[in-house]
Amino acid sequence: MLRSGAQPAGGRAAGAARVGGGGTPSGGGTRPAPAGVPSPGRPRTAALHPGAWWLWAIGLGVAATRTTNPLLLALLVAVSAYVVLARRPHTPWSRSYGAFVKLALAVLVVRLLFTAVLGSPVPGTQVIVTLPEVPLPDWAQGIRLGGRVTAEGLAFALYDAMKLATLLICVGAANALASPSRLLKSLPGALYETGVAVVVALTFAPSLIADGRRLRAARRLRGRPDKGVRGLLQVGLPVLEGALERSVALAAAMDARGYGRTASVPAAVRRTTAALTLGGLLGVCAGTYGVLTAEGATYGIPVLVAGLAAALAGLWLGGRRSLRTRYRPDRWGARAWLVTASGAAVAALLFLAAARDPAALHPGVVPLVAPTLPLWPAAAVLIGLLPAFVTPAPEQPAKEPS
Amino acid sequence: MIRFEDVCVTYDGAPEPTVRGVDFEVPEGELVLLVGPSGVGKSTVLGAVSGLVPHFTGGTLSGRVVVAGRDTRTHKPRELADVVGTVGQDPLSHFVTDTVEDELAYGMESLGLPPDVMRRRVEETLDLLGLSGLRDRPIATLSGGQQQRVAIGSVLTPHPEVLVLDEPTSALDPAAAEEVLAVLQRLVHDLGTTVLMAEHRLERVIQYADQVVLLPSPGARPVVGSPADVMAVSPVYPPVVDLGRLAGWSPLPLTIRDARRRAAPLRERLDERDPAPGPAPSDAGAKPTSGGAKPTGAGADPTGAGAKPTSAGAKPAGDGAEPAGAGADPTSAGAKPTSAGAKPTGAGARDAAVASAAAVAPSGVLVPTPATAARRPGASLLRRLLGKAPGAGTTAAADPASPYAAEVRSLAVRRGRVQALRRVDLTVSPGETVALMGRNGAGKSTLLSALVGLVEPATGSVRAGDAVPHRTAPRDLVRRVGLVPQEPRDLLYADTVAAECAAADRDAEAAPGTCRALLTELLPGVSDGIHPRDLSEGQRLTLALAVVLTARPPLMLLDEPTRGLDYAAKARLVGILRGLAADGHAIVLATHDVELAAELAHRVVLLAEGEVIADGPTADVAVASPSFAPQVAKILAPRKWLTVAQVREALA
Repeated sequence: MLRSGAQPAGGRAAGAARVGGGGTPSGGGTRPAPAGVPSPGRPRTAALHPGAWWLWAIGLGVAATRTTNPLLLALLVAVSAYVVLARRPHTPWSRSYGAFVKLALAVLVVRLLFTAVLGSPVPGTQVIVTLPEVPLPDWAQGIRLGGRVTAEGLAFALYDAMKLATLLICVGAANALASPSRLLKSLPGALYETGVAVVVALTFAPSLIADGRRLRAARRLRGRPDKGVRGLLQVGLPVLEGALERSVALAAAMDARGYGRTASVPAAVRRTTAALTLGGLLGVCAGTYGVLTAEGATYGIPVLVAGLAAALAGLWLGGRRSLRTRYRPDRWGARAWLVTASGAAVAALLFLAAARDPAALHPGVVPLVAPTLPLWPAAAVLIGLLPAFVTPAPEQPAKEPS
Repeated sequence: MIRFEDVCVTYDGAPEPTVRGVDFEVPEGELVLLVGPSGVGKSTVLGAVSGLVPHFTGGTLSGRVVVAGRDTRTHKPRELADVVGTVGQDPLSHFVTDTVEDELAYGMESLGLPPDVMRRRVEETLDLLGLSGLRDRPIATLSGGQQQRVAIGSVLTPHPEVLVLDEPTSALDPAAAEEVLAVLQRLVHDLGTTVLMAEHRLERVIQYADQVVLLPSPGARPVVGSPADVMAVSPVYPPVVDLGRLAGWSPLPLTIRDARRRAAPLRERLDERDPAPGPAPSDAGAKPTSGGAKPTGAGADPTGAGAKPTSAGAKPAGDGAEPAGAGADPTSAGAKPTSAGAKPTGAGARDAAVASAAAVAPSGVLVPTPATAARRPGASLLRRLLGKAPGAGTTAAADPASPYAAEVRSLAVRRGRVQALRRVDLTVSPGETVALMGRNGAGKSTLLSALVGLVEPATGSVRAGDAVPHRTAPRDLVRRVGLVPQEPRDLLYADTVAAECAAADRDAEAAPGTCRALLTELLPGVSDGIHPRDLSEGQRLTLALAVVLTARPPLMLLDEPTRGLDYAAKARLVGILRGLAADGHAIVLATHDVELAAELAHRVVLLAEGEVIADGPTADVAVASPSFAPQVAKILAPRKWLTVAQVREALA
């Protein structure tokens, strides 16, 4: 710690100690390696390709759309929660799972409240409570406020809302396990720059919220109440100003770090790229139209496929303009296949189960019966636990500085 | 490596060029320091190297800037990215990705380097900067020093030949700053990197520089030379240079080591004398007086801005009975003005060439004779405005129920999962100035926030005067405690200075015009219509200070007040704060600036990991810790001299 006290007058002796030939403009040459050996190649923390996590989560989500059985849905949520708790990395974005769970609960509550107040389309006989009904004028026919709340109606609403809630929780799981920005980095070369812009935009919102909090706290220092809508409005402008300034500073930094450098490509290639991309997109539009209308069934599919191919070729060709290389791109390995396959298996098996035994997956509400857990679909859902065992455990974080 | 050829930059809409006649060359492998007061265009010169000026900022650049053989007129910033690495003032606005490793690779990805080269350089850079333990960490969770190192690392990986740094250590604690500077020195010595750096805290960086480029004033031609030569004429200089000038050493020493070698005779001379009693709370009146040793007549001050601390600092001297710090002895305080009055005989004895420089002396508070102060109507106005602070001065001293302006007992605060403070005890008496020091993230800001009620204590108690901050309505709290946050702009909402002042009067329920009068007193010459954003850092800080002072809180808190301030603005701030302390305001500063603490604080409280690890008089705590010792203390150790002003007074 005595460094500063005993600092030798090194700065002025620097001329002698300089190492010549520092770097050629080509940048490809290496400088004398600094002391220390390169650390052994160990896997990055999030060794699994982020795309695998998303596919797994989508698989669970698709499975959730096949059933309204609350026990199966709860099992799906439990499976995703177990995997998240076991495998999420110690990063700020991994905390988003909690936010998604809260959102899902809110969906449940809102749906049940609406059913109770506005009534349910499901006819029911078991009245739980009768709310005072608000008489509505003639023009509001078909709408009911208050009145009988039946067990059947509530059960139907609950099952339906649980489906949506499970979907949300699955998306939350993907968010917590793989940062969306890592996923965007796997975009093809031509879209990479756009991907970076999207990532930067994604970080804009959190910093906006942090600024808002700081400025509302500062209102307290001026002797104004720091709560309430007025407080929020008054800090709005300064918050936006600050965010804008930061964006400009970031843009300058990105520019100075070579964002948007392009290789020069022959004009012919440039023109071909533009033609392919535009033509391809037009083809996709025409093909989609053909597929969706009755008359176009014959030409729809071929045009769609041709358009897609042209657009992809344009994208690939466009990638040649970009100089960019990838640093340690996430590899799609055996584990990624296993994780993806487990999600896909859950979805496929529930599709199968829904076709074979729809009654077990959609327990009846009229008449109201207690849902039972169908054995085989439940076992299928448990396949979704596989990632918790085949993926590497996240590292324990180093002690954070206070 | 970098060649400026008669460069002149004029921003759009500006009547005058921001910089003019910039003509110098930075040879390969040198570390060149760009110095000068605030607002002389240092950032503009740095931006011209990376091509951001004028390609990104707009404006007109005449002349030529050539970097590694490339003319910035024909090369855009992105085309210079492989030869110039730029790190701006705020590392956070520099980061594009979210983890350390990706950030280090980002620049190389943009340049299209092959993956195996990228991998090797990332590993090398992680080792070079001591970041290998942090490679997977999200950047947002790093400390300030770590972030600054990542920012430097992220521009190093493409192996630029030129590194451009704008205030790389201003936001860092002394230890983290040394960390960053050690890295820079290693780059220059081992890798032959050319470094061009601007920095206000010269005491940290001057010894590393091979050459200094001084921009003496806005639009003036730069002075280029060896550090010792430039420091001899520079209006901004670190305390070691100030001491060297005082002692007449030639060539001027730039490092503590050089200065210590020459300081033996000075130490002997000083051995017979005691350091002027440090700014002890019982001697509040003595403080401005020691500042009065600065032999600069008020008339010698050409800037007018510099004149302001004058009156603020003088007030207590001319008002011996008032600075009733706990147990202040009116007779001893009253005795000071005479000694102060004796000083100005030395005025004008100073080297004429330095006369204008002296106005912005790093350590000096410009204090005129009491007679001068009395003649200034503003001084009495300020006294009227501030003197009757509730709980300040004699009122507080007479009230045995609350002897402290701030009282913290076994305070613990949690922030998320982090225990930000644990078992902290702190008391601050009226008229006392306390400096909170410690590394980034040690809990200084949290402690200030607790004192102003922004965070709730988990256990323990906090009292500001007679109020419990987090349970008091903001409207009432402003009259008990005021905080100037790290970013003073957070406090300012209005479009004009006048509107800001009017709002401050309403918020504080003060008589209309109170804030404006305070501001005029603290910062003469700020027009009503100007937008707070267009003020300089120092002016904005003063405006925020005036806004907070409008409510006359007996307890003033300042979070990192000297960030981005040059020596002149700092000297002004010191004058203002001394005046406030002498008026009975208790002041708590959280700061990394050891020189500021030495100038101002009666007591230093060191925090580490949320705990108080040292609490004592500035002289004792500062001298005991190499990181937190001011330069003068290091040079004159083991005697407890802290500031050049003390030495100057003792020798006078």
